[in-house]
Amino acid sequence: MSPAEASQAAALSPVVAVFFALVGGAISLSTPYLFVSLGECLTERSGRVNLGLEGTMILGAVAAYAAAYQIATTYPGATWVAPWIGVLLAGCVGVVMGGLHAWLCAKERVNHIAVGIALMIFGVGLAIYLGKPYIQPKAPHLQALPLGDWSAHAAIRSALKINGLFLLGLVLAPTLAWGLANTRVGMILRMAGESADAARALGYSVNRVRLLATCAGGFLAGVGGSFLSLYNPGIWAEGLSRGQGLMAVALVIFARWNPLTCLFASLMFGAAEALGPALQAAGFSRGYQLYAAVPAAMTLAIMIATCSTKRTLAGAPAELSVS
Amino acid sequence: MTSHSTTVAAQSAATLRSAAAPADRSSSSPAAARAALASIANGVVVQGGVLLAALVVFGVFLWLIAGKNPFAVYADMWKGSYGTRFSQSASLAKAAPLMLTALCTALPARLGMVVIGNEGALLLGGLAGVMAAQAFGAAPAGIAIPAMLLAGGLVGGLWIALAGALRQFRGVNETISTLLLYYVGLALFTFVVEDVLRDPSSLNKPSTVGIGEANMIGAIGGLPAWMPEMHWGLVVGVVFCVATWLLMDHGTFGFAARVVGGNVKAARLQGLPITRLVLLTCLLAGSAAGVAGVIEMAVAEGKANASLNAGLGFAGILVAFVARQNPLAVIPVALLFGGITASGGLVQRRHELPDATVDVFTGILFILVLASEAFAGRLPWRREGAAR
Amino acid sequence: MTGLPLTVRMLAASALVVLAVVPAAADTTIGFIYVGPKDDYGYNQAHHEGAEVVKAAGGVKVLEEEKVPETLDVQKTMESMIELDGATVLFPTSFGYFDPHILAMAKKYPEVLFLHCGGMYDAAKHPKNVGSYFGYIDEGQFLNGIAAGYATKTGKLGFVAAKPIPQVLRNVNAFTLGAQLVNPKVTTTVIFTGDWADPVKEAEASKQLIDGGADVLTAHVDSPKVIVQTAQERGVHVCGYHTNQSALAPKAYLTGAEWNWGTVYKAYADKIASGEIAPGKDWGHLVRGGMKDGFVKMSPYGPDVSAEAKSKIEEVKAQMTAGTFAIFKGPLSDNKGKEVIPAGTTLAQTDPVLEQMAYLVAGVVGDTGR
Repeated sequence: MSPAEASQAAALSPVVAVFFALVGGAISLSTPYLFVSLGECLTERSGRVNLGLEGTMILGAVAAYAAAYQIATTYPGATWVAPWIGVLLAGCVGVVMGGLHAWLCAKERVNHIAVGIALMIFGVGLAIYLGKPYIQPKAPHLQALPLGDWSAHAAIRSALKINGLFLLGLVLAPTLAWGLANTRVGMILRMAGESADAARALGYSVNRVRLLATCAGGFLAGVGGSFLSLYNPGIWAEGLSRGQGLMAVALVIFARWNPLTCLFASLMFGAAEALGPALQAAGFSRGYQLYAAVPAAMTLAIMIATCSTKRTLAGAPAELSVS
Repeated sequence: MTSHSTTVAAQSAATLRSAAAPADRSSSSPAAARAALASIANGVVVQGGVLLAALVVFGVFLWLIAGKNPFAVYADMWKGSYGTRFSQSASLAKAAPLMLTALCTALPARLGMVVIGNEGALLLGGLAGVMAAQAFGAAPAGIAIPAMLLAGGLVGGLWIALAGALRQFRGVNETISTLLLYYVGLALFTFVVEDVLRDPSSLNKPSTVGIGEANMIGAIGGLPAWMPEMHWGLVVGVVFCVATWLLMDHGTFGFAARVVGGNVKAARLQGLPITRLVLLTCLLAGSAAGVAGVIEMAVAEGKANASLNAGLGFAGILVAFVARQNPLAVIPVALLFGGITASGGLVQRRHELPDATVDVFTGILFILVLASEAFAGRLPWRREGAAR
Repeated sequence: MTGLPLTVRMLAASALVVLAVVPAAADTTIGFIYVGPKDDYGYNQAHHEGAEVVKAAGGVKVLEEEKVPETLDVQKTMESMIELDGATVLFPTSFGYFDPHILAMAKKYPEVLFLHCGGMYDAAKHPKNVGSYFGYIDEGQFLNGIAAGYATKTGKLGFVAAKPIPQVLRNVNAFTLGAQLVNPKVTTTVIFTGDWADPVKEAEASKQLIDGGADVLTAHVDSPKVIVQTAQERGVHVCGYHTNQSALAPKAYLTGAEWNWGTVYKAYADKIASGEIAPGKDWGHLVRGGMKDGFVKMSPYGPDVSAEAKSKIEEVKAQMTAGTFAIFKGPLSDNKGKEVIPAGTTLAQTDPVLEQMAYLVAGVVGDTGR
């Protein structure tokens, strides 16, 4: 349907337009937060904090973009699969970064939070440096399922355009939640996070478990980064790094270390980020500077409302030092 | 239940003993002096070795990936950081705010809190400074400048104390609350600067009305010609660091804070006023960041605008961690960090390297510094038990 | 860490002596300072491309430094270029560098020329070794608007802007007025992202504008890359800005408003070499130019620009080049109904009141927040 035909259809009322903008935001803007927070969830459940996921995410973004571009230009027939190979490569880069974090933190007396911050700076700096040749070229994008094409309205069609990674995340969150609770691997991981002594007593190397968990977390963070460069906004630029990785780590605390709640938190956060532009598109520009605070303010308000001094530590892995 | 409380009591006694130990060791015995000397020697050797290792790793990166001559780059890094009088001035200017913003993380760390919202306190503190200057418009600089610093410190302090209060009364984790408060604070700052308090004549660079030439924080006058130019903000930073170090490492307040940081249950059993400690520490920490905001605002721009949002708060977090949350160690680490960032410009120009190269080096250096913590206690002449 | 051993200090001192004997450069050294990355496919890249023209012409040494924030940092950078690299001419290219940074450094180094992009030089207030230059790229946006006016089928245009400052508002208004010249019922919806470079916000803004019915987009952010790509993907049209982004959008690109800094910088370099511009001399400190002076240019046309649109654009462009076209003339009302230019008044491009623009013209959906 051409834009002209679309505009013949009755225009959406501002309220409905904003609603669909929020839905679209919940789907497309949430994906990086979703993957990074799920990854961090695994890492923190094993008893370690990885604040460096912003660096991992951005490094994953540039790796995915570069790989997708190189493959698509060298093998034009493979253009449809090139971005997915990029996603995989981004995950592998994430594994390496996660491994680096785990190796450093396994040593005694090393402060995990400091390592995370150092890796964040290193990761982002390295990504920007290596990504210089990829600012001009254009890499192919990830495909999306056009689940909204039944509608005559462009707004609904674009809101319901669901990208593959989001679907993956939708499946991943409950799978991880179930896995943590019901599988042996999940139980070992949780034990490393709740009581390192008990895990050791049962013969498991706590450092090994945390290494694997941090690598898995890094993988997911890398994948989350690939979404940024290969779908939304779908470019590589220095400005891609805006603290989403750090925010996603915070969302894990908000979500009480539960993968399913991470999903809802990400959806909510993504929707909140779409509110500002949606209101401006509807004509409400006054005070637009304050729209940027909506996601954070909303998250903070919910946390204040739902936390209490008695319940705050419930769900926090005992071995984590952030409690 | 009885055995549980006995264990806790025993634990608390042990914590108090270990927290008190440093004070005991300051008795002037030759063994204690030797231990202190060994500790310093150990520190210098390890940190020196780390710097060398970082240069080697970075050199490999430069040679293999960037295709540049590492030694030429090192020479310019030195020249651009502390090698010439002008670079020294630039490095000091960059280091000054970092000393203050690092305290915003270092002080609450004593209580076991991880605060990362320094940037929010800095921005709102800077804005408060501007508003104070406007309120005291007619007063002479001798009254207006302290008013600005006080206002900035108070507002910054309250912003972090808010997170502290949320922690104590609602159980909200301070890491996430300070981060969220940063985003909220940034939006508020931008709205006030670009809308409510905007100076209509500030056209393409939306800013508040200025604080006036007289109220700017200027360069330290009367320095000998060989000394680099520095501004009074550096003095404020050093004073704050020394004062908080004395407070935290040698005062009863700091002692109580360390007990809370070591074992909250023990502290509670001892009847320490935990909430008061948390709130006061957060107030102090936030005030350091707020004062940093006032200084940054008043040293060049003289008004609040988007230039204040330059990542100084976040850089302070790294400085605090590398300094191991010790306010005195913050000073040299800030100088190091300032030097590295200042040298970035010269390296960019002379070697056609992108600005991100500095971040790569910073990352490598600080990763190795942190890795070296593992080796800190293992060098041969380090005495058993002299470790912190 | 705090005090360096004596040997190290002596080594440093001797190194300084060696390094301080900087060979007196026969070439003039010119320094360019950018606020963002110099390959951002947008604002900073346009300046960088201009600097490359000067470099290629030879006879001068060109230094560039990117990502210098608008804080004390830029003062230190300028000082470093002057003291350590012997720069005698500096081009700090971001608006926010002017007050107080350039003014402070200009006072300190009266023998160095500071040529600032975007500032308003005032002979009464500013030192003699400072100059400012800028281009009337709103002329380019006006021509963009004409192309948009012909290309739009929905009558709705979209503008992704960073902040509601005069330079941006002037572009939004010029774009709208250009479109309204050929299609009086056209409206432009503007979304302010609040940031000069935030690809995620820009992508979301583009998406929302297109969802709301806009079928031609343009932008005023540091790098319009995301907006151009989004338009291509969504099957709508886009007009470029800063530099030529048509490679990103082979079908969607109509045309674009580009800077031609190479012309400006080459002219400055020539005049400095010949001595016409020098710290002691009196020269045209406030330099402005548009199509007429070659400060701005248009990108080549994309495939979807109709012959009618092309001829209209060329017609207006010819008038701009001849200096006979005025974009802002009365009667003109803003989008709140207030008259901002009375009937009978025509504002020349050089009129300084245009550099204080604080309104959005009728037909623009948005609020400047004033």
